Amino acid sequence: MSDDAGGPLSEVGLVQMLTTTGERVPHPDLDLYAAELDADALRAMYRDLVLARRFDREATALQRQGELALFAPAEGQEGAQIGSAHALRPQDHVFPSYREHGVGLVRGVDATQILRLFRGVDHGGWDPTAHGFHLYTLVVGSHTLHATGYAMGLARDGLVGTGRPERDAAVVVYFGDGATAQGDVHEAMVFASVNTAPLVFFCQNNQWAISVPTTRQAVVPIADRAPGLGIPSVRVDGNDVVACYAVTRWALERARSGLGPVFVEALTYRMGAHTTSDDPTRYRDAAEEQRWRERDPIDRLHAHLTASGQLPQVFLDEIETAADALGEKLRTEVRALGRASTSGMFDHVYATEHAQVSADACGRGTR
Amino acid sequence: MPHFMLPDAGEGLTEAEIVAWRVGVGDTVEVNQVIVEIETAKSLVELPSPWSGVVAAILAEPGTTVAVGAPIVEISTGVDQTTAGPEQDGEDASEAREGGPVLVGYGLRGPAEPRARTDQAPPVPASPAPVVRTPHALAKPPIRKLARDLGIDLDTVTPTGPGGIVTREDLLAHVTRAEARTLATYPGDEPWLASGVVSPDGRQTRVPVRSVRKRTAEAMVASAFTAPHVTVFHTVDVTATMRLVDRLRSDPEFSGTRVTPLLIAAKALLLAVKRHPEINASWDEAAREIVYKHYVNLGIAATTPRGLVVPNIKDAHRLGLHDLALALADLTATARAGQTSAADQADGTITVTNVGVFGIDSGTPILNPGEAAILAFGSVARKPWVHKGKIKPRQVTQLSLSFDHRLVDGELGSRVLADVAAVLADPSRGLVWG
Repeated sequence: MSDDAGGPLSEVGLVQMLTTTGERVPHPDLDLYAAELDADALRAMYRDLVLARRFDREATALQRQGELALFAPAEGQEGAQIGSAHALRPQDHVFPSYREHGVGLVRGVDATQILRLFRGVDHGGWDPTAHGFHLYTLVVGSHTLHATGYAMGLARDGLVGTGRPERDAAVVVYFGDGATAQGDVHEAMVFASVNTAPLVFFCQNNQWAISVPTTRQAVVPIADRAPGLGIPSVRVDGNDVVACYAVTRWALERARSGLGPVFVEALTYRMGAHTTSDDPTRYRDAAEEQRWRERDPIDRLHAHLTASGQLPQVFLDEIETAADALGEKLRTEVRALGRASTSGMFDHVYATEHAQVSADACGRGTR
Repeated sequence: MPHFMLPDAGEGLTEAEIVAWRVGVGDTVEVNQVIVEIETAKSLVELPSPWSGVVAAILAEPGTTVAVGAPIVEISTGVDQTTAGPEQDGEDASEAREGGPVLVGYGLRGPAEPRARTDQAPPVPASPAPVVRTPHALAKPPIRKLARDLGIDLDTVTPTGPGGIVTREDLLAHVTRAEARTLATYPGDEPWLASGVVSPDGRQTRVPVRSVRKRTAEAMVASAFTAPHVTVFHTVDVTATMRLVDRLRSDPEFSGTRVTPLLIAAKALLLAVKRHPEINASWDEAAREIVYKHYVNLGIAATTPRGLVVPNIKDAHRLGLHDLALALADLTATARAGQTSAADQADGTITVTNVGVFGIDSGTPILNPGEAAILAFGSVARKPWVHKGKIKPRQVTQLSLSFDHRLVDGELGSRVLADVAAVLADPSRGLVWG
């Protein structure tokens, strides 16, 4: 990490509630939001962290075995994803980019379905409404606009600020540091701000926009951009699952109550490649990766739970079994997905029948 | 016994090089155990085994380049398993790739590659085959992308950009020529022009009309369809002129000048104009007046790298032969350097065109707009000629004079041409008429 207090990687003002050695440190404002995290809740998070990582490694292997055309690994970012996802309520809606596998798993999306897109079978195999988890968007940053519109719609539907916890809803949009250099993201922030949209901008600053470091994207912390657009922002240790949970929960409650958007910058690190198509050793060094490996989100929670004797071996064994089962399930089910039918591309262009699409489908032949 | 096929470890890669095997024949492997390291065009990649079992055969040696989809290792699993990734489903594989991959974080590509392009590389064979590496062409990223979109191998494009880079124009010209070559139905029918746009059937090249060509066309159309042209011809023995040229070339007075038959012809025309000044005139249609010039701006038609230009020697009537020779040389040098200015070409009054330099006998030149006459000077050649009652080999040329019949009648035009011929036949005439 840079020691430059003013730079984009500055740790000044960074919210941390679990140190790298797993020690829980108090936070004057946010302890309130972490109060519900008892041992069971933390163990549930730990389980999700481990399963998300196994999902990641298994999917990467499947790509290397020719079963997936592509994969975007999230290893290293599980803390930011699992922590923030656990702060969601069922009625909330998530707009992921293409790397939020951990969030998807927490939202109950079947692991195999996440990989349909990466195999090229279809654009995503789950019902976004059923899971409150939108389909992945590969176009960088554009979904922040979709999320803003969706959030504005929630407000117009009267689902914000009613004071009924089971009813009030908010939206979280996940994106990366690279996306913040896109015009779309700024436009979304302007709209969300002036419309008081119930929206949490959750930026996982994983330090690398493919091969371009954050230092080439910003000269101030990315979170510092938001207040200029009228959006309060917070920087959080993205590998601290507790802090990510607390910060997101605060932001969501604020949004649901009708106080408008919040911008969260979670400092984390993508341990793998941007996608299976690139080679990170060409643009960053092993020492940097090692520094971040020492900040690993799973190790940190493991240390915390172990120190307090809350991580019995039987629990770890059970997770290990579940992870192995997940791997086996993915290997079997992904291979069984087959491949896309050519005619399938016409099925979801419009919700209702459309003359041109029907004509194209016929001209193309049926298979 | 299943074969592990080389996967596309990147997006849209077609091949990879085997770097090193981590296992040998007979080794036991677990699921997801790294078995081989490969190098693609993008990166070094470790490939994990899809199965647990025993390595039965290694089908691609380190250092070889293998096509995606080709088997690289055989693993005995004891169970009948096959691997069939999305890219290896037989006949549908090409269609699956049709749209081209979308690189995550890079946005969409341009249009898909046309399927019917015939100058594409042949399909990669489905067996391990060494690939010859050639030096890579230089081009900027947008051009590389365009080449990829067009299905063109940049190495086949002739670069013209600075530092030998392939420019967009190079690439597009290559495409049109390649398409035209494909379409050409007869050897030799291929386009030979470096520029222009080849027609879809490959049988024509269209070049935009620009600059000198455009001005020439406009001037010639304006002249040919406003001034009714009449051309008269005269064949003349110029042996005396050729002797004069030889003498003057060795005359110290003319050292540093270039004495040519054209110089004498120009002087002869100036002398004829002096005797018949009505030829040195122009037709003013708007004012319905004939403008007679008291000066002669003698135009010389000149071929330049940019096309035809007709600069003129200002007030040529004032110049003696020596100064005329200097002015002519200066005008010619300026034209050849492509530095003839608009002022150099403006306000000509009469013109000489030297078609003889091309070995041509004669022609019917078109008037330079705004002038009433133009003299064409043909080639000078030894021909049988009746001289002093006998057939002798003599230096003979043909002169032709086109004139604007609105203001020049046949008599005047004929007299002017006869006077030019008279001087060239006997340059001493010049002393009489000068």
